[in-house]
Amino acid sequence: MGDIKDIRELPQKKVIKPVKLDEHIIEIVSDSGEGAQKCGQSLGAISAKMGNGVWTVEIIPAEIQPPARSREGASGIRVRIGSKKVTNTGNYANLVIALNEQVIYGRLRQDAYDDQTVMFIENKWATHELDSIRQQYADAIDEFKALGIQVHEIPMETECLKLTPNPRKGKNMWVLGLLCYIYNRDVSKAEEQVQSIFRKKSQAIIEMNLRLLRAGYDWAERNIELHFEIPAMQVSSDQVVMNGNESLSLGIMAAGIELCSMYPITPATSVTHHLAEYFERVGGIVHQAEDEIAAIGFAIGASFAGKTAITVTSGPGLALKTEFLGLAVMAEIPLVIIDVQRGGPSTGLPTKVEQSDLLAAIYGEAGDAPKIVLAAATIEECFHFVILARKLAESFRTPVILLSDANLATGVQPFPRPKIDTEWFSAPIDQSPWKEDTKPFDWDPQTGLSKRPIPGQKGGMYTVTGLAHGPHGRVAYEPEINQNSAESRSRKIAAFQKTLKPPIIHGDAEGDLLLVGWGSTLGAIEEAVDRARNLDFKVSSLHLRFMFPIVPGLTEIFSRFKKVITVEINYSDQLGDPMITKENRRYAQLAWYLRAKTQFDIDCFSNVYGQPMNPGKVFQLIERELSEGTNNINS
Amino acid sequence: MLNPTHELCSIPMPDQYFGMDDYGKGTPRWCPGCGGHSILASVQRVCKDLQYPPEKTVCVSGIGCSSRFPHYMGTYGFHGLHGRAFPVACGIKFRRPDLNVFAITGDGDCCSIGAGHWVHAIRYNMKMVVLLFDNGIYGLTKKQTSPTSPMGTLSNTHPAGSVLPPINPIQTTLGLANVSFVAQTTDWNSAHLYATIRKAADHPGLAFVRIVQRCPVFMRDLYGDIATNKDELILLSHQNGIDLKPSALQSFKHILEHDPSNIHKAREHAETEDGIPIGLFYQNTSSPRYDLYGAHNRGMNTTDKKWALESLLDQYTIRNN
Ligand SMILES: Cc1ncc(C[n+]2csc(CCOP(=O)(O)OP(=O)(O)O)c2C)c(N)n1
Ligand SMILES: [Mg+2]
Repeated sequence: MGDIKDIRELPQKKVIKPVKLDEHIIEIVSDSGEGAQKCGQSLGAISAKMGNGVWTVEIIPAEIQPPARSREGASGIRVRIGSKKVTNTGNYANLVIALNEQVIYGRLRQDAYDDQTVMFIENKWATHELDSIRQQYADAIDEFKALGIQVHEIPMETECLKLTPNPRKGKNMWVLGLLCYIYNRDVSKAEEQVQSIFRKKSQAIIEMNLRLLRAGYDWAERNIELHFEIPAMQVSSDQVVMNGNESLSLGIMAAGIELCSMYPITPATSVTHHLAEYFERVGGIVHQAEDEIAAIGFAIGASFAGKTAITVTSGPGLALKTEFLGLAVMAEIPLVIIDVQRGGPSTGLPTKVEQSDLLAAIYGEAGDAPKIVLAAATIEECFHFVILARKLAESFRTPVILLSDANLATGVQPFPRPKIDTEWFSAPIDQSPWKEDTKPFDWDPQTGLSKRPIPGQKGGMYTVTGLAHGPHGRVAYEPEINQNSAESRSRKIAAFQKTLKPPIIHGDAEGDLLLVGWGSTLGAIEEAVDRARNLDFKVSSLHLRFMFPIVPGLTEIFSRFKKVITVEINYSDQLGDPMITKENRRYAQLAWYLRAKTQFDIDCFSNVYGQPMNPGKVFQLIERELSEGTNNINS
Repeated sequence: MLNPTHELCSIPMPDQYFGMDDYGKGTPRWCPGCGGHSILASVQRVCKDLQYPPEKTVCVSGIGCSSRFPHYMGTYGFHGLHGRAFPVACGIKFRRPDLNVFAITGDGDCCSIGAGHWVHAIRYNMKMVVLLFDNGIYGLTKKQTSPTSPMGTLSNTHPAGSVLPPINPIQTTLGLANVSFVAQTTDWNSAHLYATIRKAADHPGLAFVRIVQRCPVFMRDLYGDIATNKDELILLSHQNGIDLKPSALQSFKHILEHDPSNIHKAREHAETEDGIPIGLFYQNTSSPRYDLYGAHNRGMNTTDKKWALESLLDQYTIRNN
C-alpha cells in the first residue's frame, strides 16, 4: 500500500497504474439507516458481474434503530472480493469505510481489523459543534492509529453537500463511487447497478444518486492514491447472485411446493418476504399463521390434504413446533421444516450466527421421533437441498428438517445458474380410487415404507392419529403393535441411510488431523486446510450434509487420522477450565453426536461469539494442534 | 351402494347414494349417556342428507373424549394434538376447497390450550363446521376444571370448588373479529341439534356451534334433569334462524324472537343468566373468507411454472456466455 498521507493535497487527477491483488476484504460501517448495506451489496454485485469471486455479509445491530454513534449500533457490510471463488467472509478487513468513529469500536471488539487495515473515515466529526463529539472523535483517531490502522480522514459530508442538502441519504452512493475508483470497477456496470436499486424511485432520485456515484469516483481519482485491480475469474457458465435466504426461497418454488406456512422470526423471515413477493406467480401462497405452532399445524393439514407444505423458522420457533413434529413423525406426514439457526438459547442473539440447533433438530421431540435432518453448507446448497428435502419427505413419508444459519442467510455469493427441471416439482394430488386392500400404514417389512391415501381418494378413508396405531391406522392398545410400528418408522430412516455414500474428504484420506464441520463453516475450514496443507501440515477436512441419518463410513475415515476435531459455531466447555474434566465436559453438538456414533475420542473447537467462523481462527487451530511441542488447544 | 332406482326413475339421481352406514366406523367408546353419541348421529345424518361423499369429507379434532369423534366417522379423519384442531383443519381447507371439513373440539381443547387458534380461526372464516363439545370439564384426563366449568365446580384440581368465573364461548366468539356464524344447541334435543348442524353446513364461512353437552360421569349434577325440564332452555327463534318443525317447537316453554343479523342483540342474549339460550345467535353470509384467498391460484401447470421460475432466475443472473 502506498503512502497516501497527503491525499487532500492532491487535487489533480492522476493516472495511476492499479496494483494487482488476489483479493481484498472491504467493510462499510455506519449507524443503521445510512445505506451502508446497499453500498456494499452494490459493490459485490458489480464485482460479481465483472467475474470476481464475491462473498458479502451484513453487519446487523440487534435493534432496528439503535442510538446514533453507538458502539453496539455498528451496522454495515463486509464484502470480500477475489480473483478466485470466495467461500467465506475471511479474516481481517483490508479496507474499511467508517461513517463515524464509534461504530468502529463495535467492530474492533469483534476482531474485524488488524494493523494492516486501512481506514477512510468521515471527517465532519472533527469540526462538530459539540465539544464532546469533537473530543470523542479525536480520541478515537488516536486510538485507531495506535493500533496500527492507517487512518485517512476524508470530507464525505462536505463533498456530498455540494450535490444534496441531505447527505445522510446519498453518502452511500458517493462511497460506492469512491470504492469503484479504488478497485477499478467498471463504471457503466456501477451505473446500471444504481439504476437497478432505485428502479422503483423517481427519475430525479435516480439521477441524484448517479451524480453522487460519479462525484465519489472523481473525488477519489483526484485525492486517493490507492488503486487496485482484482482480476476476474474465468467463468464460462451463467451465474446467479443471491443470499442464502433468497436461495432457499427459490428452492421452495423450484421444489414445486405450493404452501409456505410461517410465523415471522429473524433470521428466517426474509425467506418468506422473498417468497411472498414471487410465490403466487408460480402457483404458491404464503400463509402467515398466528404462531409457530399454528404455522406447522397448518402446513401439516395441507400436506395431509395432498401437497407437501413447508414451514420456515428459527430456533425459538422450532422449539414451539416440536409437538407437531412428533405428530408428523408418528402419523407419517411428509413435511419440510427449514430452520435458519441463530444464537440461542431462548431469544439469544437473533441476528447472529450459531449452529446450536443440531441436537434439537435430531432429538428435540418427546418420545422416539426419527426423521431426516439435512444441513446446507453453501448458498447454492440452500437452493438444491429444499428440492431434495421435499422429495425425501414424500419418498420416506416423513418430516425433513433442513438446517441453514444466519451466516448463509445474509451471505451473498455467485453460483452456477440452476437449470429448472420439471422433475423437481411435486406431482399433482392423486385422486384415483385407493386400492381396496391396501392399509394406510401397510409397512413394508424390509423397508418400513408405506403409501398414504389422500382425502378425495375413494376407498382410502382413514383417520390420522398421534396415538399408537397399527397398519389400519386404528388406535392400538396391544404392546406388540407399538413396538412394531416404532420399528417400521425407524427402519425407513435406516433404509434411506443405505442409499447414502461416504462423504468426500478434502485433502488426503489419512493424516495427523481431520477437521469435521457442518453448515456454513465449509468455506472457512477448507480455506484454512488448504493454507495449512501448502505449509505441509498433514490435515484434511470433512463436511457433513446428511446429519440424520448419518452418512456411512465415518468410523473407517476417522481411524485413518491421529486426531479428529469438529469445528462448530456453538458452545462447548474448554478443557483448560479448572471446573471442567474430560468426564463432565460438554462437547460441541456435532462432536457429542459423532462421539456417540463412532466411539472415537473426538475433540471440538467451538465458540458462541456470534461471528461466522473465519479461516484465520481455523488455521491457528491447525497450527496449534500440529506444531511440535504444543499440546491440544483445549488443554 | 348403488342406487337401485337409477334406471327406473326419471328424476336425476346421483350415481352413488350414501346411506347412514357409509358415514359410520367402529363402535364409539364414549360412556353410556355421553352427549357424544347423539352428536355423532346428527353429523352422520347431515352428511347423508347432503350426500357428502365420504372421501371428500374430513373430520379434524384435537385431543379429548370429544376429539375421538373422527375415529367413528366413515370419512377421512385427523385426530391431532390437544388444542390444535383449528390450524390443521384450516390447512386442509386452504388449498382443497372441494373437501367438506368438520372441526371437532372440546372446552379445554378450544377455550384453554387452543384459545389462540380459536380467535384466529374465527377471523380466517374458512368454510367449515366447528362443533364445540362443551361438557364444562376435562373428561379424558378425568375431571379437572375446564375454563367453562361454572364457578364452584368440584374437580380434582379444585376439590374445594373452582374459583374463577367461566368463559362463555358464545359471548367470546361473538366478540371476535370477522365472526360470521354462531349458534348454540344441546346434545339432548336431537331435532334442534340436527337442524343446527344442518344450518351450519350450509353457511358460507366458519360456522361455530357450541353444543351444551352432558357428562354423566364427571358432571352428573351440572345439568341434572335438564333433558326433561323445559324451564332451562330458551329457544331463539326467527325465520332466518334454525329451521325447526312446528312439532319440535312444542317442546320449548320459552321462545324468544331473535334476528340473527343483529349482533348487538345476539351479544345481549349470550350474556343472559336466565337460562340456556339455544338457536342461531348471529349469521353474516358476506364476511371475508380466507379459504377463497387460499384457493385462488391453485393448479398451475408445469410449463407455466417452469417459465415463471426461469424468468425469476433471470433477475439474479450474470450472463457469461
Ligand atoms: C399438550 C397436551 N397437554 C395435555 C394433554 C392432556 N389432555 C388430554 S385431553 C385434555 C383435556 C380434555 O378436555 P376437553 O378439551 O374439555 O375434552 P373432553 O375430554 O372433555 O371432551 C387434556 C388436558 C395432552 N393430551 N396434550
Ligand atoms: Mg370437556
